[in-house]
Amino acid sequence: MTQATGLRVRGLNKNFGGLTVAQDINLDLPPGARTALIGPNGAGKTTFSNLITGILTPSAGEITLNGHDLRALNEAQRVKAGVAKTFQITTLFRDLTVRQNLRLAQQERDGRAQSWFRRADSWPEAEDEIDAQLAAFRLSDMGDKRVDDLAYGQQRLVEMAMTLMLKPRVLILDEPAAGVPSSDSHLITDAIERLPDDLAVLIIEHDMKLVFQVARSIVVLVNGAILTQGTPDEIAANQQVRDLYLGGHHD
Amino acid sequence: MSLFLNILIDGIAYGMILFMISVGLSVTMGLMRVINLAHGGFALVGGAVAHWLIIAQGLSFWLAAPLGVAAAVALAWPLERLIYRRIYGFGDLQQVLATIGLTFLMIATVNRLLGSTLLALPLPELLAQSVDLGFRTLPLHRLVVIGVGLAVIAGLWLLIDRTRFGIRLRAAVDNRATASAIGINTGLIYSATFCLGAGLAALGGILGAEMLPIEAYYPLRYMVLFLIVVAVGGMGSISGSFTAALGLGILDTATRYLVPGFGTIFFYGCIILFLALRPNGLWGRTA
Amino acid sequence: MSDTTLTPKRTRTIAGIPFLGEAILIAVVIGAYFLFPYNLAFLTRILIMVLLVLSLDLVLGFAGIATLGQAAMYGTGAYAAGLFAVHVTGAPLPGLVVGAVAGAALAFLSGLVLMRAKGLTLIMLTIAVASICHEIANKARDVTGGADGLRGIRMEPVAGLFEFDFIGKTAYWYVFVVVFVVFLLLKRLANAPLGQSLRGIHESPERMAAIGAPVYRRLVLAYTLGGGIAGLAGALAAQVTQLVSLEVYSFNLSAEALIMLILGGTGRLYGAIIGTVIFMTVHHVAAAADPFNWLFLIGLMVLGVVFFLPKGLAHLPTALTRLVRGRT
Repeated sequence: MTQATGLRVRGLNKNFGGLTVAQDINLDLPPGARTALIGPNGAGKTTFSNLITGILTPSAGEITLNGHDLRALNEAQRVKAGVAKTFQITTLFRDLTVRQNLRLAQQERDGRAQSWFRRADSWPEAEDEIDAQLAAFRLSDMGDKRVDDLAYGQQRLVEMAMTLMLKPRVLILDEPAAGVPSSDSHLITDAIERLPDDLAVLIIEHDMKLVFQVARSIVVLVNGAILTQGTPDEIAANQQVRDLYLGGHHD
Repeated sequence: MSLFLNILIDGIAYGMILFMISVGLSVTMGLMRVINLAHGGFALVGGAVAHWLIIAQGLSFWLAAPLGVAAAVALAWPLERLIYRRIYGFGDLQQVLATIGLTFLMIATVNRLLGSTLLALPLPELLAQSVDLGFRTLPLHRLVVIGVGLAVIAGLWLLIDRTRFGIRLRAAVDNRATASAIGINTGLIYSATFCLGAGLAALGGILGAEMLPIEAYYPLRYMVLFLIVVAVGGMGSISGSFTAALGLGILDTATRYLVPGFGTIFFYGCIILFLALRPNGLWGRTA
Repeated sequence: MSDTTLTPKRTRTIAGIPFLGEAILIAVVIGAYFLFPYNLAFLTRILIMVLLVLSLDLVLGFAGIATLGQAAMYGTGAYAAGLFAVHVTGAPLPGLVVGAVAGAALAFLSGLVLMRAKGLTLIMLTIAVASICHEIANKARDVTGGADGLRGIRMEPVAGLFEFDFIGKTAYWYVFVVVFVVFLLLKRLANAPLGQSLRGIHESPERMAAIGAPVYRRLVLAYTLGGGIAGLAGALAAQVTQLVSLEVYSFNLSAEALIMLILGGTGRLYGAIIGTVIFMTVHHVAAAADPFNWLFLIGLMVLGVVFFLPKGLAHLPTALTRLVRGRT
């Protein structure tokens, strides 16, 4: 039975040799969630993201999306199932144009990536959809520019636009504002605020300003385990979290 | 039983040669991250110079062999300074091409000067004489090869583990940027390592001429073999190269004895299977 | 702005004229036919090498698979077509199919293992596969003729109409038609979704996996297609020369194909053609002038390309225009 319960993580564990990098993590990301995952360096945030996207295999625990078990799926299959992510360091096809970048994601989603005779840009509805997506991210002028010629903040937007072409149900943003000059960071927050309402979003972030701006719920991860979670107000008032961030752990 | 011992002795001697030739390749790959397909060329140069000194100049093997090694080192030094230094920053493919180009130049030069025939390296009487091991007699040469191989690994171990050079080398292999940041002259380390590798390759080429005959096309003919040692042993690992070279030497010899005619096929089959299972070599961490 | 008929940047038209490249290509082939009537055998060899290098461009230039073993598929195609002609029928076209299928089959089977490897290991394994093929062909004397080569290939007229002649006219046109058709198909492929996705894998396999592409499967597919084309080239060589020797599996063939591709420029089909023609011509002239030292010249040429034209001749115009426009 398909129910729109979103992403459910139960009792997730991961050990590397003797080292526990994820410990008994429970998390719910229902449709529409805007959850931030915060924690000091080395808390296991990226590990957690890798466990969800299938880059790493958990030692124990359950990961389901709308009731479907994700554990047996590899990275590409999980994307098809609806879990997509952006990278901490922008990873794009730098030699291709913005439009071509979006098109690559789109053609994978539509299952025509192995088509070898028709021109890639000869599907009119598909091109219209790309135009609409470019417009939604205020990138219309950039469509035919090479990604490499764009400013870094714009590249981050391209990455989000491309990832959204996949029509995911769960989107993981790994430090979306990392490396973006603060003068441009409003571009990122704006884009996050305009994400589709029914999309579940997990934001892994260091930048507390951004977190409190866009998150409706915050999860604090320390040493691979959840320390606490709650609304931004609760987290801001939490003494443990304050110690963690004011006690010199913050980079 | 005697078959087994035959395989073991021939295999180990062969493995020692493979080790001497390949270890430099492995270390330069681990240190400079350069895919040096021309490495076998240094064995060729050493062998060719020694051949010329013995045949045309009438020098004794004992004098010609070290001079051959010296010639390879003398070639390696300027090559590293002038050419390789610029290759380090290239992509895989560019490195492959550049070093193939160098290989062609080496082959063409030897071909021009000494012809394309076999370049014999007659053993001195002392090495050619037989020794009786009870279960078989074999040329002393094999035992000397094994002895030299052991001396080389021991020497390398002392060098890496016990000297300032070794400490610096290990630091540079671990992390180039940090090493140069704390004032280690990585350029000098690269040159020295490269020349050491070239010299050892020449030594292996000269001593191993009985098993891998010297001729102009030597670097291409045995290139795969040397690369296999590095890939199986894991790049940059001296002990890995040693283990791999011995294992491969014994495996190759065994397949030649046991499945004559299909030895090479079986040998390559084993290698492909091994690398399919452990793409990073013996000690490499599997990703 | 939202116009889907906007000409994308990667359209391969030269100076904006559609099919100008193809027209030049045909003109050159016709011109060469009349200019060098006594060198048709050599010109045919160039065309066959163009096909092999095109296959390498698909595998390496498009998909980024570093290989030094394309000769494995070329040789297997050659032996398959040769044996087919000796034992089944001398009809050329079915022989081509057999050669292509054989090359593709070997590429698929070896690709299942090879495409899991990367970098040096991959390069080395591709060399090893060609070495194994060489060894098998050498040992199976009864079938392949071993070191003496496979003899006794007698070809029937192409499509029952065009008899192979002594001067090699039929062979020249026959090979050209096959190469040209493959070239056109590869051009389609380059701009189709599959070609774009291979480029994507070339640039960033991680990103491709993150947008849901089955990277490994697609690499195997590209390697298999490239193997089929290489097999086709081998089959043509077997049919035209009516001989298959162990040389078809030689490392030098793989290395030279790679040199030709890099010389011309990877990822651009015209680069494969330009590089092959230049390399083969230099080789031909140098080998005729001095049969012992051409390798020296080739070595210098390779170093020259790597150091001064790392992206190949096909990128020379781009490099120059960028320079003129004041960009790096």
